[in-house]
Amino acid sequence: MAPSLTEGSQQRWLLTLLMLVIVALSLVPSLRLLMEALGDLAQGSEAPLWRVLQAESTWRALWRSLYTSGLGMLIALVLGSLFAFVITLTDIRGKAWLVFCFMLPMMIPPQVTALSWLQLFGPASPLLKSIGMAPPLGSPQPLHSAEGIALLLGIQSAPLVFLALRTSLLSLPRELVEAARISGARQAQVWGQIILPVTRGGLIAGGAMAFISSLGNFGIPAMLGIPAGYYVLPTLIYQRMASFGTGMLAEMASLSLLIGVLALAGVALQQAWMKRSRFGLMGHSGRAHDFSLGRWRGGVTAVLVAVLLAILVAPLAALVVSSLVPAVGVPLTLESATLAAYHEVIGRQGATWRAVRNSLWLAGGAALMLVLCSLPLAYRLLRLPRRWQSLALGAIELPYALPGVVLAVACILLFVRPIPLVNVALYGTLGLIFVAYLMRFLVVCLKPVAASLAQLDPSLEEAAQLAGAGPWRRLGGIVLPLVAPALFAGGLLVFLLAVNELTVSALLWSAGNETLGVLIFNLAEGGESVLAAAVSVLVVALVAALMLCLNLLAPYLPKGVVPWQG
Amino acid sequence: MAGLMIDRVTKRFGEQVAVDALSLDVAPGQFVALLGPSGCGKTTMLRMLAGFEALSEGEIRLGGRTLASREQHVPPERRHMAMVFQSYALWPHMSVADNVGYPLKVRRLEGDAYRRRVAQALDLVDLAAYAERSPQELSGGQRQRVALARCLVADPDVVLLDEPLANLDRHLRAAMELSFRDFHRRTGATMIYVTHDQSEAMSLADRIAVMRDGRLEQWATPEALYRQPRSAWVASFIGQGSLLQVAAGRPGQRLEEDTLMRGLAAVAAKRTQPVLVRPEHVMLLPELSSQRGLRARVESATFRGERYELHLRLESGEALLAYHHAALVEGQEVALLLREGWCLEPDR
Repeated sequence: MAPSLTEGSQQRWLLTLLMLVIVALSLVPSLRLLMEALGDLAQGSEAPLWRVLQAESTWRALWRSLYTSGLGMLIALVLGSLFAFVITLTDIRGKAWLVFCFMLPMMIPPQVTALSWLQLFGPASPLLKSIGMAPPLGSPQPLHSAEGIALLLGIQSAPLVFLALRTSLLSLPRELVEAARISGARQAQVWGQIILPVTRGGLIAGGAMAFISSLGNFGIPAMLGIPAGYYVLPTLIYQRMASFGTGMLAEMASLSLLIGVLALAGVALQQAWMKRSRFGLMGHSGRAHDFSLGRWRGGVTAVLVAVLLAILVAPLAALVVSSLVPAVGVPLTLESATLAAYHEVIGRQGATWRAVRNSLWLAGGAALMLVLCSLPLAYRLLRLPRRWQSLALGAIELPYALPGVVLAVACILLFVRPIPLVNVALYGTLGLIFVAYLMRFLVVCLKPVAASLAQLDPSLEEAAQLAGAGPWRRLGGIVLPLVAPALFAGGLLVFLLAVNELTVSALLWSAGNETLGVLIFNLAEGGESVLAAAVSVLVVALVAALMLCLNLLAPYLPKGVVPWQG
Repeated sequence: MAGLMIDRVTKRFGEQVAVDALSLDVAPGQFVALLGPSGCGKTTMLRMLAGFEALSEGEIRLGGRTLASREQHVPPERRHMAMVFQSYALWPHMSVADNVGYPLKVRRLEGDAYRRRVAQALDLVDLAAYAERSPQELSGGQRQRVALARCLVADPDVVLLDEPLANLDRHLRAAMELSFRDFHRRTGATMIYVTHDQSEAMSLADRIAVMRDGRLEQWATPEALYRQPRSAWVASFIGQGSLLQVAAGRPGQRLEEDTLMRGLAAVAAKRTQPVLVRPEHVMLLPELSSQRGLRARVESATFRGERYELHLRLESGEALLAYHHAALVEGQEVALLLREGWCLEPDR
């Protein structure tokens, strides 16, 4: 007995140490940011925080952030709840495909979304030119506006509303609806008096998530707002960094603090509301009530398909058309169609290959590292007392919950000087982005693993223990095989998010260290929209392929790991 | 008050037949139980009565009005029925009083009349003091009574109950059985009660429809089901008893002691009629020596409080269950008389 006891405590110590290190690393960026922003408060009115708070540009950007995110949230709520209600509660056909297509915008990187919409509208749109409907030269691009930004933010975050609402609709026991119907309630009354009030928690959660994610979005306001001089907080930080370099870090830290506080306040508000509208639901859930659409089915299907055509198919078609024309402004015909842009990006542009290689290395490496850490980390976390567990999870979630710009500024602050003791300089290398990705995406990988572990019956491990297996043996021989699908899915999700990532890398890249996201952004900003479109088409294809991979894996995973599968 | 006619109702889910040409004629105010093992189609039948499932064939009529047939389907909200669900289905965002008053509210009843009828309904289930509570604060039995109050508040034509006691513990069940019976007596509503528990059905219902694999196995009063079960399957499902092969009688006939004992003594090849013998009709003789009686060996004795249950083995190898006032030793030889038996249809 004695040797196994020491082996067990040795494992416990090692895992605890690992957990403490990871939790500390998750907290370090935020703490460093706080120090920088609040550090010089003693200087009084000359302190950076005061200067930022007094600047008119700060308040203008703040208001614009709130306006675009708020409007975007409303659009997301309308779109997301339409799809969630129809797909979850009615007998419409082709549900799996509708869900997949509706979820795709969330996974497409924001700068690609923005680029494809820019190709859809405006006088230079190759698609409109090809069908002879382009507005005259010189007419304004309608998307270079606050409302344009809000529309795209709404479309990008609508899947978040959809997911939150769908989860709460799926847990709505169908007896609650049936009891209302047999009490004499008509369909409209059932919706208004039963379904909406019971699922309001899901609506609130979805709306808040859409708002917070829009607040931190960089790609869309950067592509649509910067050309029009319309700056929101993340783009304001980016623009200042681009023009002043690291000279104004303290001010940047203060701005980041502002947006970080805003995002966290949103999270807190959401959780407070959720607590108030959470019910202990009883009954048979899992199969929601099927409202029969009857003769309306064709019409409702047509509406959903039309929405998908407008928000997904049309912009992607515009993107494809743009990638096939020889130059901006040339209409696409059978004669003018050319694959030259693809040849250019794949064959000749050294920068493209470099960016692809960088992104694949970063995403693959981060996914692998996080997969390796996640199992021991989740294993130890689940054995903590409940209070400590939620605190540790909160710390790990912080770098993901904060807007990407905030994490990026924090990373610059941390690594602008060589790391003490080891004397390694990360600033200006790919390593900086890699470290930032590890911090940001840890929770993405950890959550499915923890969910899968929590579902595991403890008696499985106890049986192995009675059979004489030591702690490491149990972890490797019993636990690992059982949670392997979740580990793999977590890694795939990290890869999917990291390979397209822009917000963090937009601030952290340096010459020779571009990522795919940065490449598309730079090409589009430099007016090379044909090349940018070609790269984007390849990226969308990659994203869709990775999503299909996750689909194939879904049957082996706990519910909710693959976000677009109920 | 209107009677409920179920006429050759069939429900198919794809290839699978859940309910197969079921016909029942329920009189107004009757308390009917649909009884059967899980998967026998009883819940599907109830959901067709409520209107949550469409019929594949047949017809359901209430009074003179057709509720459902192949061509017609009155939606649940216009059938004027009420239902108690296994999970009670209380709306978590409404208070107890709001839950109970909801059927009135959708019928646009307001003001004093509304309040009076909600109060009456809550009084009837002894929950007047809980009107403003949220359903989550109530115990299982109290939630059940809220669901009952919600059922009766709008004076429905038919009350449907879907295994309403399945989620309660044993003591609460007995109490709730009483309150169901009380509820039925006071309201006089036609009630259809789905259960897989035969003792629940026997103690509550006026008439029981025993279902098996979607078909009606027997439609009778509880007494008739116990005394005159149609088939060996019904006999084994309801009450205790033993099946013996006898060379006498024909299905649906009661055998008196003499005929039964003679029929048991015949050679094995001639004993082809299955007969149900209830344990209370088995009498142990005080001594072995007499010529009368059947020989059997005690296999085990189980103490049941007021008596012992004896599991006996006859010389023919058949098992027999008997009640006795005293414990007997395992392996002991006994002689016994069978007072009566009931001839069954052979099992299909």
